[in-house]
Amino acid sequence: MSTAPTTTTATSDNLKGYRGPGRALLQRFGVGVWSEVEIESARGHFRGLILPRSETADDRHIVLKLGSGYNVGIAADSVSAMREVGRREAHYKIPEKEFPYDPQKPNVMLFGTGGTIASRLDYRTGAVIPAFSPGELYGSVPELADICNLRTEKLFGVFSENMGPEQYIKLAQRIGEEIRAGTSGVVIGHGTDTMHHTAAILTFMIQNPPVPIIMVGSQRSSDRPSSDAAINLQCAVKAAAEGDIAEVLVCMFGPTSDEYNLLHRGTRVRKMHSSYRSTFRTLSDIPVAMISPKEIIPLRQDYKRRRSDREVTVNTAFEEKVTILYYYPNMLPDLVDAIVDKGYRGIVIAGTGLGHINKPLYPAIKRAADAGVHIYMTVQTLWGYCGMYVYDTGRDLMTLGIRPASNMLPEVAYMKLCWVLGQTDDPAEVERLMLTPVSDEITDREPYNGYLCYQGGIPEVQEFLRTIKR
Amino acid sequence: MPLPFKPFDEMTDEDYFNIGLKVGLEVHQQLLTRRKLFCRCPAGRYSDEFDAVILRHMRPTLSELGEYDGTALMEKKTKKNIYYRIHRDTVCTYEFDDTPPFFIDDEALDIALEIALLLRLNLVGELHIARKQYLDGSIPTGFQRTGILGVNGWIPFRDRRVRIRQLSIEEDACREVSDVGHDRVYLTDRLGMPLIETVTEPDMRTPQEAAEVGQVLRRLARSTGHVRTGYGAARQDVNVSVTGGQRCEIKGTPQIWRNPRLIYNEARRQCSLLYIRGLLHERGVRPESLQWTYQDVTTVVAKSSYEPLRSALALGNVAKCVLLRGFGGLLNEPTQEHTTFAKEFSDRVRVVACLTQLPNLIHSDMASETLAGRDWKTLRRRLRAEHGDALLVVWGNEQDTVAACEEIALRAKEATIGIPNDTRQALKDGTNGFERVLPGPDRMYPDTDLPPLEIRQERLDRIAAGLPGSVWDREARYRDLKLPPDTIRPLCAPRWARLFDRLLSELEQSAKFVAVTLVQRFKAMRRAGLPIDNLSDDEIFAVFEAHSKGLLSREGVAHVLALVARHPPVEGGTGAARVAAVFAEHDFSPLSEAELNEAVTRRLASLDGRRFETACQKARYLSGRVLEDFVGRTDGAKVVQYVSARLRACTRTDDTPVSRK
Repeated sequence: MSTAPTTTTATSDNLKGYRGPGRALLQRFGVGVWSEVEIESARGHFRGLILPRSETADDRHIVLKLGSGYNVGIAADSVSAMREVGRREAHYKIPEKEFPYDPQKPNVMLFGTGGTIASRLDYRTGAVIPAFSPGELYGSVPELADICNLRTEKLFGVFSENMGPEQYIKLAQRIGEEIRAGTSGVVIGHGTDTMHHTAAILTFMIQNPPVPIIMVGSQRSSDRPSSDAAINLQCAVKAAAEGDIAEVLVCMFGPTSDEYNLLHRGTRVRKMHSSYRSTFRTLSDIPVAMISPKEIIPLRQDYKRRRSDREVTVNTAFEEKVTILYYYPNMLPDLVDAIVDKGYRGIVIAGTGLGHINKPLYPAIKRAADAGVHIYMTVQTLWGYCGMYVYDTGRDLMTLGIRPASNMLPEVAYMKLCWVLGQTDDPAEVERLMLTPVSDEITDREPYNGYLCYQGGIPEVQEFLRTIKR
Repeated sequence: MPLPFKPFDEMTDEDYFNIGLKVGLEVHQQLLTRRKLFCRCPAGRYSDEFDAVILRHMRPTLSELGEYDGTALMEKKTKKNIYYRIHRDTVCTYEFDDTPPFFIDDEALDIALEIALLLRLNLVGELHIARKQYLDGSIPTGFQRTGILGVNGWIPFRDRRVRIRQLSIEEDACREVSDVGHDRVYLTDRLGMPLIETVTEPDMRTPQEAAEVGQVLRRLARSTGHVRTGYGAARQDVNVSVTGGQRCEIKGTPQIWRNPRLIYNEARRQCSLLYIRGLLHERGVRPESLQWTYQDVTTVVAKSSYEPLRSALALGNVAKCVLLRGFGGLLNEPTQEHTTFAKEFSDRVRVVACLTQLPNLIHSDMASETLAGRDWKTLRRRLRAEHGDALLVVWGNEQDTVAACEEIALRAKEATIGIPNDTRQALKDGTNGFERVLPGPDRMYPDTDLPPLEIRQERLDRIAAGLPGSVWDREARYRDLKLPPDTIRPLCAPRWARLFDRLLSELEQSAKFVAVTLVQRFKAMRRAGLPIDNLSDDEIFAVFEAHSKGLLSREGVAHVLALVARHPPVEGGTGAARVAAVFAEHDFSPLSEAELNEAVTRRLASLDGRRFETACQKARYLSGRVLEDFVGRTDGAKVVQYVSARLRACTRTDDTPVSRK
């Protein structure tokens, strides 16, 4: 769940959010937002504080906060009289406590992109106010000070779905600068929806970093007591400050229970559930490590180790005219034609099964390849490899100019093709770069425990669920 | 009120007026819906079985002023591991907070609005769902979704009105399985069930009034026929205060008859605590001058033979002793029935410091045998206790005992101020114990997952049209109809309210006849073991309808109802199909004179010399036998008349059927 990076601030508009009949009513009785009012309406008497109206709600009601703390809506056309009996203005201030500095502790840089990793709530309006400065974060997650000295920098204020090349490039550049300046680790606060896209492109743009680069977010916003945000943040900061894994990693809940987080490689991770806490999974492989605020437990040894040098390769090349074509039966060739005609230079196909599409598309694919469009095949099954030699269809497609992208995830292949085409247009060079793994986006082997979608209802799985807390 | 407090049974209304008792109620009532409030799970299915367990922790969020509120702070100190037991039939991913809410259940909303209308509340134009924080873990999100439907209503009570502050619709919480040490376990089946909470103003002045108002509210909700019944389906929280005291909430009392004693004890507790505060002030112990200290005393008590302490230390635990200056002699002050001031400390240590195994503390005022006299002496010396000081000893692990000592000091400070704002739990013996700090008003904030929902006038009009009328109005109306007194209450209950009115208005049946059939005859048939309660309203209606059309005699009504109740379901049949089947299988056509004549002759022949004292008795007996042969086909009066005429015996002209007892 990505949270809007909105800070509601009291403005001079004392009819904030009100339109149409609601606004007219407030004007008629000379009252506004933060007026304590007595209302006579067709449904009886009400008393409360007028709150700002959400812009997306209808324009026929006004919102009242009752003395009990509950909000209610009153239909504007039911109101016969309204009288202001007082005013109580809300003010928004996050308590800041100075983040303690300890020369013995590592320095960690936290970049913000817009998602609210930590936040507090304004009880009068319900606005979620992001807590982001070190002082604010210290106020809400004081445990962070036990781990490191924290600095923060808010780079953008966008929803995760609005992340794009401009943000990727700036983020990569700032991370590079920060690494060269000597930070012990980098944490990136990010909305979860496209966290795996950003993790993938950062893996390609920032190569051989000497320190961990940890992406983190939350599935339950931190204004709720059951939020995963505080644990996620603690784990991410710990991984950045103390961890030995100098790669781009995603740090999110392992199980839905509050037990441990997982560190996923940025090129093999994917958001797999629209709302679960444990939504991020490593596909066709296993995660790099388990982590809790107490300890980091590596699950494999083939990771890049932390180094003391400050060398890092930052390559922010990016070609925007690339698309993912999610194949479905009966896809018509004019779609492919349109992509080519609009000047796209790269297509990542998410094909069925081992990487297939239907025959009517062949002429369009050939036309695209002839026009110099680079076409790569991935699988919409997500797990497993492209196997284009197995059936005639696959062999035909390769003849037409489609290159199999092995077991690269479609989104990762998309990000990589954007990055590669930002550097070269030479088909051989594009192919070489695409198929040479930077960080396990293509793996040589899929381990036996890389594909696990266990099936509920089966006795042994039920037994597992009963005995192992998830 | 002078102390000592009078016993419960001797308290008069005047005594309660003198202490300024004020009682308000918060009545929670589960609604009879098919689904839960914010997801599509079935409502009302309970099971102690579970398929999986999920572990969560609750973390307080900052309140408006950037501080944790009292409850939050307390719950953070307790650091509980909260385990949720999950059963696949009763819970989906919504309940354990891995899926956002679905739209509110329409059925639940309609029922809540129906009750809001009966309470004469001012209804809102738009329902806004709020999140009300609960950090005890009883709801996995850490908050309860709840919304106000109406404010400022009232109900008639004796010769006055009791004001209803508000009615909200909300989701029910988990059922607690256990709470031991740092582990709390919940069952999630009840979680998310639709509830309404009706809050009264503190308008009750005696415990008895509170119980009566509780009954009125319960009957009002039940009269709709749309609420759940049974243990735990309706629960009341009682808010109690006395003059100079504080509102304390006694939580979750499932049985109204228990409330008076609970209220008495809470009133007594508050008066006692005020008295203790007075004593403390006399001794110069005030919030700003409170002196306390604590020490690890494991070595001092290491050889104690006091069993709870001895076995705890044997497990490697530690003991700590708290000194409270000026508290000497007060810990034995009674606060509730068979409860002393010391329990205020013990409760807090249990809840906040998680020292859940009782006894969890001993103190220097105790009369019973605990530590040896010389051990107490050593402790007094160690902590530099003077005459008039109190010592309390706790045991457990290092972290929990430190928390316990600090909590004891905190509670001591509160004692010098007055009565802490508590949420208290009702205990079986009528006393209450500390549950948590009463949450502040700042724990409420809007639910960003759900948009406001307009409560349209059409919807209210539709619900108002189907209202059963308030219970008290209906009772008055039934009394006017001169119904037998024992039938009035049952007819107001949900089972009969609507059907009774319908039978009267649509079939023009005699009110008394319907009342007697539905209440008295049904009761008799139930006793006789007939499955009479499986009859649907449609079936009962159809049987009465047959009677009003002349297809069935008056006696036949109860007889046919019994036949229908025993009849197996008709495959593919709907509504009153079983009634049709019964009519098809039996002959209920009006009895002809010839048939009657023949039957009387036959019965006369089979009397076998049986003797009767009078001809009248003989006529009655004979009529009864004949009626047995023709149930539903003729009226008793007619048969009696016929038989009497034939025997030239006594005649009866009233329409009372011949007794067949």
